[in-house]
Amino acid sequence: MDWTIIQQSLPNFVQGFKLTLWLSLVGIVGSIIVGIITSLIQYFRIPVLRRMFGIYVEVARNTPLLIQLFFLYYAFPVMGIKMTAETCGIIGLIFLGGAYMAEGFTGGFNGVSQTQIDAGEALGMNQYQLAWYVVLPQGLSLSVPALAANIIFLIKETSIFSVIAIPELTNTALDLIGMYYRSNEYLLMLVIAYAIIMIPVILLLDWLERRVRYGAFGD
Amino acid sequence: MTEEILKVEHLNKFYGDWQVLHDINFDLKKGEVVTLLGPSGSGKSTLIRTLNGLEPFRKGSIYFKGKKIDPTPKEWQKLRQEIGMVFQSYDLFPNLTVLDNILLAPTKVQGRNRADVKKEAMELLDRVDLADQANSYPRQLSGGQKQRIAIVRALAMHPELMLFDEVTASLDPEMVRGVLEIIKELSDRDHMTMIIVTHEMNFAAQIADRVLFLENGRILEETPGKQFFEHPQTARAAEFLSSMEF
Amino acid sequence: MAHSGISVLFEGTNFTRLMGGLWTSVWIAVVSLVIGLLIGTIFGLLRTMRSRIIRFILLLYLEFFRIVPTVVLLFLVYYILPRQFDINLPATWMAVLAFSLWVAAEFSDIVRGALESVPQHQRESGLALGLNQWQLFRYVLLSQAIQLELPATINLATRVIKTTSLLLMISVMDVINVGQQIIEANNQTHPTGIFWVYGLIFILYFIVDYPLSLWSKHLTAKAERK
Repeated sequence: MDWTIIQQSLPNFVQGFKLTLWLSLVGIVGSIIVGIITSLIQYFRIPVLRRMFGIYVEVARNTPLLIQLFFLYYAFPVMGIKMTAETCGIIGLIFLGGAYMAEGFTGGFNGVSQTQIDAGEALGMNQYQLAWYVVLPQGLSLSVPALAANIIFLIKETSIFSVIAIPELTNTALDLIGMYYRSNEYLLMLVIAYAIIMIPVILLLDWLERRVRYGAFGD
Repeated sequence: MTEEILKVEHLNKFYGDWQVLHDINFDLKKGEVVTLLGPSGSGKSTLIRTLNGLEPFRKGSIYFKGKKIDPTPKEWQKLRQEIGMVFQSYDLFPNLTVLDNILLAPTKVQGRNRADVKKEAMELLDRVDLADQANSYPRQLSGGQKQRIAIVRALAMHPELMLFDEVTASLDPEMVRGVLEIIKELSDRDHMTMIIVTHEMNFAAQIADRVLFLENGRILEETPGKQFFEHPQTARAAEFLSSMEF
Repeated sequence: MAHSGISVLFEGTNFTRLMGGLWTSVWIAVVSLVIGLLIGTIFGLLRTMRSRIIRFILLLYLEFFRIVPTVVLLFLVYYILPRQFDINLPATWMAVLAFSLWVAAEFSDIVRGALESVPQHQRESGLALGLNQWQLFRYVLLSQAIQLELPATINLATRVIKTTSLLLMISVMDVINVGQQIIEANNQTHPTGIFWVYGLIFILYFIVDYPLSLWSKHLTAKAERK
C-alpha cells in the first residue's frame, strides 16, 4: 500500500464518485417513471400499447446492459444516430431499469387482495376510482421491496458504463490502474467508494421497507 | 302494498361447466330481512355476491326496485351505490384512517359534500360506540371494531338494501354479539331491508322475516322465520338445524 | 447498404466462432452456478444455525457482494490473485471463481429465506410426529424450501448468464469478445457489420435467458394460485 498514490488519485475518485451518483440518480428516477407508466398500461390493459410494452419488458430484462450499451454507442452511429457516451449510458440504464421497475410495480398491483377489490367495488367505485384509491396506494406499498432491490441493482449497474468510457468510479479506477500499474491501491479505493454509496442506501431502503410495511399494513 | 326492492327470477350460475346456482327465485319487500341458511358449499355466499354484481350469472334476471338489472359493469357500479355489502374479512382499506374509509365512497363516488358526510359519519360512529376511533388506522382496531366500521362505511352510502356475507365468521366469540346487535338494531329501528348469510342460528331466528334454505345451489325451502326454526318443511332443513346445536 | 452488413455473420468461420464464444459464456455460467449453488446451500444452512459468529461472518460476506458491483469483483480476482498471491489461472477460471463466490452469496440468502419461511407449525407438527432434526430437515423443510426457492434460483441463473457479458473486460474469449474481433476485422469492407454482429449477440442472449424467465414466472404464478 502506498498512501501517496491514494492521496494523489483522490481528486479523480471524487470526480468519478460524483458522476456515479449523478448517473444513478437520473437512471433511478427515469426508471421509476418508465416503470410506473409501463405497469399502468399493463394494469388498465390498454390494447396494443399493452402488447408493445410487454415485449419491451421481456427484451430489456432478458438481455445484458452491456450489449444494450454497445448497441446504443457503437451500432447506432452506423444508422446515423450519434449520442454522447453519457446519454447512451442513461438511456441504456433507464431502458433496463424501467423494465425491472415495471415488473416490480405490476407485482405489487397484482398483490392487492381480491377481497380489497371486492370491497371497493361493493362501494360503487368505478375502474379508475378503484385503481386510484385502492389498488395503486396498496400496490405501491407492496412493491417497495422490489423497488429497493432495483435501486441497489441499478446503482451497481452503472459500473458497466466503464465499457463505453464514461469516467464513473469503475472507469476511473481502471484508467488509473492502466496508467500506473498500481492495482491494490486503486481497487481498494474503488471498493471503499462503492461502500460509501451503497451502505447508506441499503440502510435507508431497509428502513423505508419497514416503515411502509408498518404504515400500510401494520405488521 | 309494500314496495318490492328485489326480485330474482330463474337465476343460474356456472363455474365453467359446473353449475353452482340452480333456478333461484325469490323476492324481497322493503324493510324485510331474509337470511340465507344452509351447509357450507350450498351456494349462499355465491348467491349474495351475485346480488351485488361481484359474480356474473349466466341465465335469469334480477330486478331492483322493479327495474330489470342490465348486468354490465357500468350498471352494477351505479347500483352498488344503493346496495351496501359487508364481508367476512371486513376489508377496511389499510392505508386510510377509519374516517377516511367511511368518507371515501360517499365523497368520491357519490360526490357528496365532505362536511355533511363527515357529520353523518361521526353520528354513525357514535351509534356503534367508535366515535373515539375516527382517526385510528384499521391496524389499531380489533376484528369486532373493524367489522362495525365496515358496516358504518356501507351505511354512509345510504343504501336501500344491505347484504351481509358471514360478517361474524372471522370474529372471536366475544366480538360477535356487538356486531349482531348493530344489525338487529338496523332492522328494528331503521327498518333496513337486508339479506344475511350467517351461521349464527340464534341470531337468524331472532331477525329473519323469512329464511331461504339452500343446498347444492338450490333453494330447498322458503319459510317464514319463526316457522323455519320451529317446524322446518323439509327433512334436510330439520337435519341441518339439529346439526347446528344452538 | 444494410444487407451487405449481414453477410459478415456468415463469412468464413465467423458464425462458428460466435457460437464458440457463446459456448464459453454459457459454460462459465453453468460451472459457476453449480459451484455457487453448492457453496451457497452450505452457507444458507449455516445462517440458520445458532452460532452468532458464523452468522455474522456470513452476513458480512453477503453484504460485501451486495455492495460491490460484479465488474469490480471480476477485477479484484483478475488483479489480486496473480499479483498478490502469484496464482496464475486462465481468465476463464478467474471468472468462474468470481462468479461462484457471488452466486454462493446470493444463493445463501435465498436458502436462508426459504428455510425460514417454512411455517413454524410445519416444523412443530414434524417434531410432534417424532421426526429427529435430520429427518425433519430432509422430509419436511428441504422439499418445501426447494419449492419456495426455485423461482428465485432460476432468476439468479438468468442474471448470471447476463453477467457473462462482462467477461470481455478480463479478456475472456466470450461471445462479445469474439464479436468485437469480427467487427474489427471486417470494419473496412462491411461498415454496417457492427449492427448485425451486436444484433445477433443481443438475440442470442435473449434466446438463452427468455425461456428461463418464463419458467420462473410460471412457477411463481403456480405458487400464488395455491
